[in-house]
Amino acid sequence: MMRLPPFRYHAPRTAAEVATLLAGEGPEAMIVAGGTDLYPNMKRRHQMPKTLISLRHVDELRGVQMNGAVRLGANETLRALEWHGALKERLPALWTAVQSISTPLLRNMGTIGGNICLDTRCNYYNQNWEWRRAIDFCMKCEGTVCWTAPSSSICWAVNSSDSVPVFIALGATFTLVSHEGERTIPALAMFGEDGIEYLTKRKDEVLTHIDIPDQGTARSVYRKVRRRGAFDFPVAAVAARVALDGDRVADSTLVLNAVGPKPVVCEEAMAYLAGKPLSDEVVTEAARLAGRGAKPLDNTDHLSMWRKKVVQVETRRALEALRP
Amino acid sequence: MRNSDEPLSPERQGLRDQLAEGYQMIGKSPIKVDAMAKVTGQTMFADDLSMPRMLHCKILRSHVAYARILSIDTSAAEALPGVIAVLTGAAMPIPFGILPVSQDEHALCLDRVRFVGDPVVAVAAVDEETAFEAIQRIHVEYEKLEPVFDPTTAIENKQEPLHDYGDDGNVHKRVSMEFGEVEEAFAAADLVLEDTMFFEGNTHLPMEQHASLAWREADGRLTIQSSTQTPHYLHKAMSKVLEMPPSRVRVIACPNGGGFGGKSDPFNHEIVVAKLALMTNRPVKIALTREEVFYCHRGRHPVLMHVKTGFRKDGSMTGMHFQSLLDGGGYGSYGVASTYYTGALQTVTYKVPAYRFDGVRCFTNKPPCGPKRGHGTPQPRFALEVQLDKAAVALGLDPADLRLRTLHPAGGITANWLQVGSMGLGPCIEKVVEASGWKDKWGKLPAGKGVGLACSSYISGAGLPIYWNAMPHSGVTVQLDRGGGVAVFCGETDIGQGSDTVLAMVVAEVLGVDLADIRLTVADTHTTPVDLGSYSSRVTVMMGHAAFQAAERAREVVARSVAKRLEVPAVRLRFAENRVFDVQDPENGMPFPKAVQVAEAEHGTIAMAGSYTPPASPGKYRGAGVGPSPAYSYSAAVVQVDVDLETGVVAVEKIWVAHDVGQSINEMLVIGQVEGGVYMGLGEALMEEMSYRSNRFGVHKIPSMLEYKSPTTHEMPPVETFLIESPDPNGPFGAKEVGQGPLLPMMPAVANAVFDAVGVRVDEVPVTPDKVLKAMQAKDKRYGPKSFPDLRITETMRVKTLEQGGDGTAPRPPRAEKQEVKSS
Amino acid sequence: MADDSAHPPPSSGVTRRALFKGAGAAAAAGAVFRSLDAVGEEDGPRTQGPGPGAVTLRVNGTERKVDVEPRETLLQTLRLPLELTGAKPVCDRGTCGACTVWIDGAPVYACSVLTVEAEGREVTTVEGLGTPAAPHPVQAAFVEHDALQCGFCTPGFVMSCAWAVKTHGKSLTAEQVRAACAGNLCRCGTYPHVIRAALAAARGAR
Repeated sequence: MMRLPPFRYHAPRTAAEVATLLAGEGPEAMIVAGGTDLYPNMKRRHQMPKTLISLRHVDELRGVQMNGAVRLGANETLRALEWHGALKERLPALWTAVQSISTPLLRNMGTIGGNICLDTRCNYYNQNWEWRRAIDFCMKCEGTVCWTAPSSSICWAVNSSDSVPVFIALGATFTLVSHEGERTIPALAMFGEDGIEYLTKRKDEVLTHIDIPDQGTARSVYRKVRRRGAFDFPVAAVAARVALDGDRVADSTLVLNAVGPKPVVCEEAMAYLAGKPLSDEVVTEAARLAGRGAKPLDNTDHLSMWRKKVVQVETRRALEALRP
Repeated sequence: MRNSDEPLSPERQGLRDQLAEGYQMIGKSPIKVDAMAKVTGQTMFADDLSMPRMLHCKILRSHVAYARILSIDTSAAEALPGVIAVLTGAAMPIPFGILPVSQDEHALCLDRVRFVGDPVVAVAAVDEETAFEAIQRIHVEYEKLEPVFDPTTAIENKQEPLHDYGDDGNVHKRVSMEFGEVEEAFAAADLVLEDTMFFEGNTHLPMEQHASLAWREADGRLTIQSSTQTPHYLHKAMSKVLEMPPSRVRVIACPNGGGFGGKSDPFNHEIVVAKLALMTNRPVKIALTREEVFYCHRGRHPVLMHVKTGFRKDGSMTGMHFQSLLDGGGYGSYGVASTYYTGALQTVTYKVPAYRFDGVRCFTNKPPCGPKRGHGTPQPRFALEVQLDKAAVALGLDPADLRLRTLHPAGGITANWLQVGSMGLGPCIEKVVEASGWKDKWGKLPAGKGVGLACSSYISGAGLPIYWNAMPHSGVTVQLDRGGGVAVFCGETDIGQGSDTVLAMVVAEVLGVDLADIRLTVADTHTTPVDLGSYSSRVTVMMGHAAFQAAERAREVVARSVAKRLEVPAVRLRFAENRVFDVQDPENGMPFPKAVQVAEAEHGTIAMAGSYTPPASPGKYRGAGVGPSPAYSYSAAVVQVDVDLETGVVAVEKIWVAHDVGQSINEMLVIGQVEGGVYMGLGEALMEEMSYRSNRFGVHKIPSMLEYKSPTTHEMPPVETFLIESPDPNGPFGAKEVGQGPLLPMMPAVANAVFDAVGVRVDEVPVTPDKVLKAMQAKDKRYGPKSFPDLRITETMRVKTLEQGGDGTAPRPPRAEKQEVKSS
Repeated sequence: MADDSAHPPPSSGVTRRALFKGAGAAAAAGAVFRSLDAVGEEDGPRTQGPGPGAVTLRVNGTERKVDVEPRETLLQTLRLPLELTGAKPVCDRGTCGACTVWIDGAPVYACSVLTVEAEGREVTTVEGLGTPAAPHPVQAAFVEHDALQCGFCTPGFVMSCAWAVKTHGKSLTAEQVRAACAGNLCRCGTYPHVIRAALAAARGAR
């Protein structure tokens, strides 16, 4: 069996204690919630934090609060959200994304905050140390080259979160707490420009909760492309939110994920959709425009050219599902 | 029941009569003998074992694809506290390999590494972590050589050959043989089809990683417990490399947590832990990581194929020319046999009057390929069954009818001199056609929906052993004790297929005792008679015969004494429900334990052996050793798919499969094997592939259980299984194989169903969505390889068929023959 | 759900605040599913390691004391020193299910849970679910319906199926079994028999 590298383990009880510990331990500390992403990575020596700060006992970061808006504790398990009947009814796109994450066993362990902060993925990176030695490592970990795109100056590891595109589409905000205070940012602002600096969250911050505004009459869907019905991360995903005025689009958000290091908000397609009915021609054109933003490369399952095509198909299908 | 030259005594006649009156156990579904241990976590697999003072082994593997080893510096590893021994290849210079003709492996590489993952240095340390730290401190200096990653390049021979043996540089094996006049056959055909197809490599992916634990006994003997399917062959290899007499080496195969062919070679890590145990005088264990299992591989060869077949208007074939190019990976493994197998079994399903086969296997700088469930035959089966589908369309025939018209006759001899016995493919096809509603579906479902049909056959054990010898392939000893217990000893290895249960059931049937009274001792070279191993679907047939013979001999001794005691003719005795009694007066009898006591008092301890050697094959030409079998199983399947017209994603909705098993020993287990084959075939058809990055140093692209895709519960469709039972004269109770054959139709049936659904041909496995989509967008509505290279055949062995008046031999070739290949 | 009075004020400059006041939200989450991570009020050790420390586990109903480093996974602890080898190390990274055990009645991957994280919670392994002498109904049904071949993934499937039977009771459907076992891989292809066995166990009709 692969052993984890040694670390000190802290089990604070409150978010404030987490923030204090983070400040005290410095950048070599990492937060762990469910551990389903971090522990396998640590076994393969992707991360070797000196200190782990566990959210396991931080009960105040759990729970679901619903009035018009919805607030999710970042430390809530995926399973709890999946089994939350009212949440499923209120935010079906989010529910679709959550229940599609990995497997039922993993959802018993993993948290929604963990899925948001999911390390970017790449099949040059998600390998054990010996394998990575054979390619002389990569930019994201111990090396210098991004083997996905060797002339690239950035890392192309893929944001593979299912929930992130939905949160962005729903206009959610994330609240981050550090010893210096707290800040609330739009979901999209959480994500950096490349696969290494994929989060703008500072190392001394902990994600405490997610706020999703009242959706009014807007409806949303999430569509995910992957090889199998379980285990697999998305290789292309689209979250779409549309508010209609009669049969015309009053407002929409289209977000792609798993087609690059960062979730893609399809501004061009959204602008095109404004004021139009969701006719066959309109959804096809919007999907085409949206697909332009997808930059899948050869570092996940499935061929990148196929993913590029399919993300358009799925975008169109997402919009079709939102017709009145 | 054949396989006995001895005259039929009254006692044996009594058994024949008893079996003719009906089986007590055969064909029923008693629970597996090892099931309760497995569901409660009690079964001890190799990695569950531990011993006092046990050391842990880790192996440093090559991180380059092809290089000369210039130097190895292990000093820093040796200096690490907790490291007890460091081992390099120099300590084990004797090569080994599964086939006598391919002794090309070393326990640790001597002078060259041939793929990323080739083993170089081993460390034994007090714990796994220390061993892992130690291997990272070892410095190996390499001089890189130019690697080759595909056989179409390798056949050009521009790189330094991987090995200094083989047929021609990096060509490990080149075969060419012709049976009958193929060109004449094409000239006589109404339709000649030529297809080039590709079958990508894939791997066994057993749940259990290989693990081994070795130690030196106080008397100097060596014992190893290992996850191996072939303890006998491991025994031979260990004895050879470690230079110890076989009598002083003991191999115990643990229950295998899945094998599928992936644990049938003797492996370097097995020899390494044995050597380390001898060096340190402590038990040494290794449990491979998942990545290392991918490096052990020995799975399905990638094969590029060209098949040219002549058809008459009625769909019957005039002749076939089959060419295959195998990507062998870095070592020989079973590859010579695999090469022959890509050309062997095309002839046993449908009548092929004239047949030519050319095959080439090349070495490449990747983990070695070998035998995976279906060994060498799923690739050509895919090509053949897809081509038949194309022929049916071209000839305006229903693919099911075409096949039914061209079936090879039962009891006949094929063009390449294989003796077909019972042949139930016709009923298999009829069954799945009827159950699936084929006639209402094929060509009639709406766009995107389709059905596909394909068939297959497989050997029930290879006719010849892997190394030439005249001894039995399987042996069983049955020992009766006074308490009524029956101890059964056999070298067979249960890899999940249920061979332990088959062994117990055969003995229980003959002796009329409960399964609970039977104790098995298996897979231990120290205590059990040799059984060659769990490969080539041989165990039920061969072990079954041996077990029957041993039990029959024990029964004979008991019956003789009981007949005297009861004053009843022995032929009238019956053994059932733990009693021995007169069939004409069932009250006149005694409990089985009492019967054993009566016999033991008269004859002494009762321990009888049985064994089995397959019948000789009619083929006598060079290469005729691959393909013959005591019996061939047959399968047919219909697959129904739903193809997403925009994405090319193929969802399999339902599968109907029929399998001619001759006779089920345990019906429930047979169905499990059929469905298991269907599952694995479905994975190969849709998603499984061993892919490497040849432009990135030759690393395996996805050596993990997450990224090497294997179907989950969500991808497994409902399966309707039918068993066709027509007992084969060569099988024990008429039984034939079931472990491998039912896998084979899946890949072509899926491809044929995709054609029915969307009208495109994917001439390549796996049938992935991108390929379906590309085919739909292609002018010729096809996705597949465009060309086939020149195999550079310089001479072809010509063998006359039976119809031509041949005798199974070939004229001697002009130059001296190399060592003959006998194998499976 | 935290209550403001339940914890001391923070030592840092942050104003600690309960995110959710009142029981309503907690009940909403907890009513359908008892959150796996909901722990009691007892205070375990708050900082451990990197060296070994004493941890008390409840495994199969029995208290077991072990001395482990925080980095040790539950799977490692179960297999050695606790000598419960039913859960298997296969992928060792939460992508196969061979190491499935229950924590507080819910199936999880033991390879990806730290032993220290299992403290104070009820761990159930395949050995604890039933024994050859007294098998759990799912184990008995697996035997009866040949829901295993090589047996290596079997302990994991047994745990997932037993969870499905416990959760859905007699109304268990094939689709629910498929979903419950979607985190377990089998290479022998036992899925159809597994589904049959789980349904039989659910109906109490073995």
